[in-house]
This record gives sequence, structure tokens and C-alpha cells, in this order.
Amino acid sequence: MTGVLSLLPDGRHGLLGAPLPGAGLPGVVESSDSVAPSGGEDLARYLAEGGYAPLPGAGQPGVRAPSDPVAPSGGEDLARYLAEGGYAPLPVPGLLLDRIAAAGLRGRGGAGFPAAVKLRAVRDAPGRPVVVANGEEGEPGSVKDRWLLRHRPHLVLDGLRLAAAMTGAGRGCVYLSDAGAEQAVRRALAERPCDPPVDVVRTEHTYVAGEETAVVRRIDGGPALPTAKPPRPFESGVGGAPTLVANVETLARVALMHARPESADAVAGTHLVTLSGTRSRTGADAAALVEVPAGTHLKVLADLCGHGRAEAVLLGGLFGGLHGAGWTDLPLDHDRLRAAGGALGCGALHFLHPEDCPVAAAHEAAAHLAAQSARQCGVCVSGTGALAGALAAVARGEADHDTTDRLRRWSEQLPGRGACGLLDAAARIAGSLLTHFSDRVDAHRGTVCPPCWATSNGEGHRFTVPVP
Amino acid sequence: MKLLLDSTRCQGYGLCQEPAPELIDLDEWGYAQLRVGDVPPGDEEAAVAAVAACPNSALRLVK
Ligand code: SF4
Ligand code: SF4
Repeated sequence: MTGVLSLLPDGRHGLLGAPLPGAGLPGVVESSDSVAPSGGEDLARYLAEGGYAPLPGAGQPGVRAPSDPVAPSGGEDLARYLAEGGYAPLPVPGLLLDRIAAAGLRGRGGAGFPAAVKLRAVRDAPGRPVVVANGEEGEPGSVKDRWLLRHRPHLVLDGLRLAAAMTGAGRGCVYLSDAGAEQAVRRALAERPCDPPVDVVRTEHTYVAGEETAVVRRIDGGPALPTAKPPRPFESGVGGAPTLVANVETLARVALMHARPESADAVAGTHLVTLSGTRSRTGADAAALVEVPAGTHLKVLADLCGHGRAEAVLLGGLFGGLHGAGWTDLPLDHDRLRAAGGALGCGALHFLHPEDCPVAAAHEAAAHLAAQSARQCGVCVSGTGALAGALAAVARGEADHDTTDRLRRWSEQLPGRGACGLLDAAARIAGSLLTHFSDRVDAHRGTVCPPCWATSNGEGHRFTVPVP
Repeated sequence: MKLLLDSTRCQGYGLCQEPAPELIDLDEWGYAQLRVGDVPPGDEEAAVAAVAACPNSALRLVK
């Protein structure tokens, strides 16, 4: 099943579409074994309050299709978007900025930086700002940004013009690589031109093309490759102007917080997540784009896409490392996942089937990152190559104690040393494998592991999720 | 003062480390690895020498 689901409480507005009148929620979660002992949302209580009640009239159980903000012809229905309060005037931009700050909205590109702090930094920097809607998602396991641009281009463009108003920008830009997304955005701009004027800039689809300095470089006519920081784009970005590079989900949330001030806190405390997992033997893929309240336990999300028995989860696309025993109790929350040594990143979660092997997954993830290195930083070329090579040796059963010692040392020494986060991601994959699965790593010594063997040349294709 | 390294420029010549071993390590591939971000008092001269030693302008000092 590849689907689009909303798990928002009845009546709450989300990015996947307006709430269905009187609709409940999909009946997809089995029992209360996913209740966290402490902290996070209490599932039992949520169920008692009527959460996850069956959705009358829903076709496939457990799947609630977005209630069609999408016009029959394809793109988003502008008339309907306007009728729902879209593109409403913003007489006092500072009030919306205050609302965003009070609600604690955090960026959805990966770093989770407070949106209001970034907006204010751009607004207060000398020069006329530029605002960029960043829709280039380099994480292979994430689909939310492309889905939003394809299906809710007006919502994103509305967020972009609000960001322009809040920062005083005189120019906007939508940055993307997906052809379907480009078509939808251009159609939306033709339907309703933006103020300030907005360009669409197409880039290539690589792991690093969406990194904020790569975005700036590409818009300025260069290659989509990161540059050294400082300066950061908020100080000196497109054409040297202070530049807001905002993820498209962040902008969509800004637009919704403007249209629905009464639900601003809830909108800020909601995430789009992409769920995927080890493919079943039949080759069927269970992946889903889901909108869920922050704090939802990962077990709930795993159950949703049929991966409730997963042994491990790869967090944040390839960015947040592998997690083993106890992952079911982790909540979907930036700070809590960071405290657990992971990262929520762009909200992509990949679950590993019990018969799959975490070593194979780590090796494939590192191989993908090594292949995607932009090869600008010597330390990244050498570091990702060494990490992937050592993990390959572990997977083949050829690693000794020196190999694992080196992996451990690299996982501690390499983070922070490249111009972008790709090297950090590879280091975290290796470090988390050693932390959470040291027994599995040891068990590979001198043996042949079937899943590792089967995926030895995978280069990370298994992590790629198609846009629903 | 802060010592900054542009990893995209560092070619691993290793010339920066000699005048400033207390500020810079070389990793096993020869690339510079900063030991500190903020230059401690007394090490300013070494930092300036390291910046000057890099043939590829990979090091910078900022206030
Ligand atoms: S860290 Fe790697 S991917 Fe990032 S800019 Fe440097 S070489 Fe490119
Ligand atoms: S001298 Fe320059 S290029 Fe060489 S290691 Fe030092 S910083 Fe890197």
C-alpha cells in the first residue's frame, strides 16, 4: 500500500486537505501495547477519547485520502483554496510572526530550527531580502515536499508570500527538481500571480541539492553544491541579499496558521512523515505519507504501514541513524529523538523487517551517501569512502576488531567536518550501528549473512520511496 | 578570534599544522582538523601563521 493518510483529530486542519465533515479517524492501530510508559501522547487515553475510530465511508480501512483539495483536472482547486481562507490579506505581518514564535513552529527541512528566529534574522539583516521555498528533498525516503508541491501549490505559494511580507522581501523563488511539482507550481502561478514576483528554479535531484547554501548557489546560476559557512544565507544569500531558505512544509504550515489562527499551536505541533520499510518478499511496498501530531509514538506509525514487528528503524531519512531495542517508545519529537542520539530530520522513517539485517541497511545507507558525496571536501570523499568500505567489510564477514575500532573512531571524529551534513549522516549511521547492534556486528565476523549478501550492491535503492 | 576551515578548499597539504600544532591536527588522510574553534589567548600568532601557511586559502580568522 502506498497512500496518503491523516491521523489528525477530528476537525483539525492539516496540509493533506480540509477535515472531512464529521469524519473520525482510521481504525488502524491494534492495541494499547504502543502506549509509552511516560511522556509523549498517551495512546490509551487517545483511544478512549475516540481516537482512531473507524472512518465511515472510507474505502480501504485505515486509509483516509485527503479530502481533495485537488481539482479534477489535476492541480489544487484555487476557488476552493480561496473559499477556505487562502491568500487572506496580511495587514500586520508582525502579528503573524509573533504567532509563529508563540506556537514554536520549527523548520521542516531537517534541522528543526525555530522558524520565527530565522524569519526575524532575515528581516533584520541589511538589504532587501529574498525568500525561497525549498522543495528539493534529497532524502530518498522522503516524499512530503514533492507531494505538497504537486498537490498543494497554492498553500505553499501562500506561505511564501506571507514569508515575503514578514521579511520585507522583494523577490521569491520556488526551488525544486521534480517535474510534476514544477508543472503544478507553474500552473498555480499562472492562475494567481504572486506578489512579490516568484521565479521557479529547477535543480538536479541529489542528496545535497536542497542544502541551503547549495540552494543559493544554484539560484545564482552555479552548481547545486554547498559552500562553507559562514556566511549563512540569512546574512548573504541569493545575489548577496539576506535570504530565507524555507522548506515547503514549513511555508505550508505558515499559510495554515494565518488562515486558522485559532489552530496555530496545533498546526505547528503537527508533522508530515514519510513511512517506508523493508519490502516484503512479494516485492509489495508499504509506504505512506502521513500527517500526525508531534509526540505520536513510532510504534503507532510502524503499525500504520504494516511494520509493527520491525526490529529497527532508520530515522530522519539517512540522517538520524539506526535505532534498535526501545525504538517503539520513541516519540515523534525533535528534542526527544536528539536526546536518544538520533534526529527527526525531514521526518522520513524506514522500518527494518525482523528478517532484514541492520548491518545490510547501514552498509547500503553509507554506500548511498558515499556515492552522493558532492566530492568537494577531501575529508568527505575520504571519510564516506572509508565508512562505506568498512561497513562493506562487516557485511561480508571480513571485518576484524580493528575495523570496528576504526568505525567507532570515525563516527566520533568525522561529524561537523564537511561543508554540509552528508558526512555527519554517514558517521551517524556507523556510530548508531555500533551502539545499537554491536551483537549483530560481532555475529557477522567470519560468516555469510544472507540479507547482507542479497543487498551487497544495493547502493541505497531500497530507501527510495515513490511519491504517492 | 575564531579559526575557520573551509573543508571544500582543504587539500590536505598539511602545511598549516606545523606552525600551529596546538590549534590544528591532521587526520589520517592528511586533512586539517581544528582542535578549537575560538583561538585561546596567546595562540593568536600561531593562528595567523597557520592561515598564511595554507597554499589553498582554506583557513580564515574572524573576529
Ligand atoms: S561534506 Fe561532502 S557532500 Fe557536503 S559539501 Fe562536502 S563533499 Fe559535498
Ligand atoms: S595547509 Fe590548508 S589545505 Fe593543507 S591541510 Fe592545512 S588547511 Fe588543509
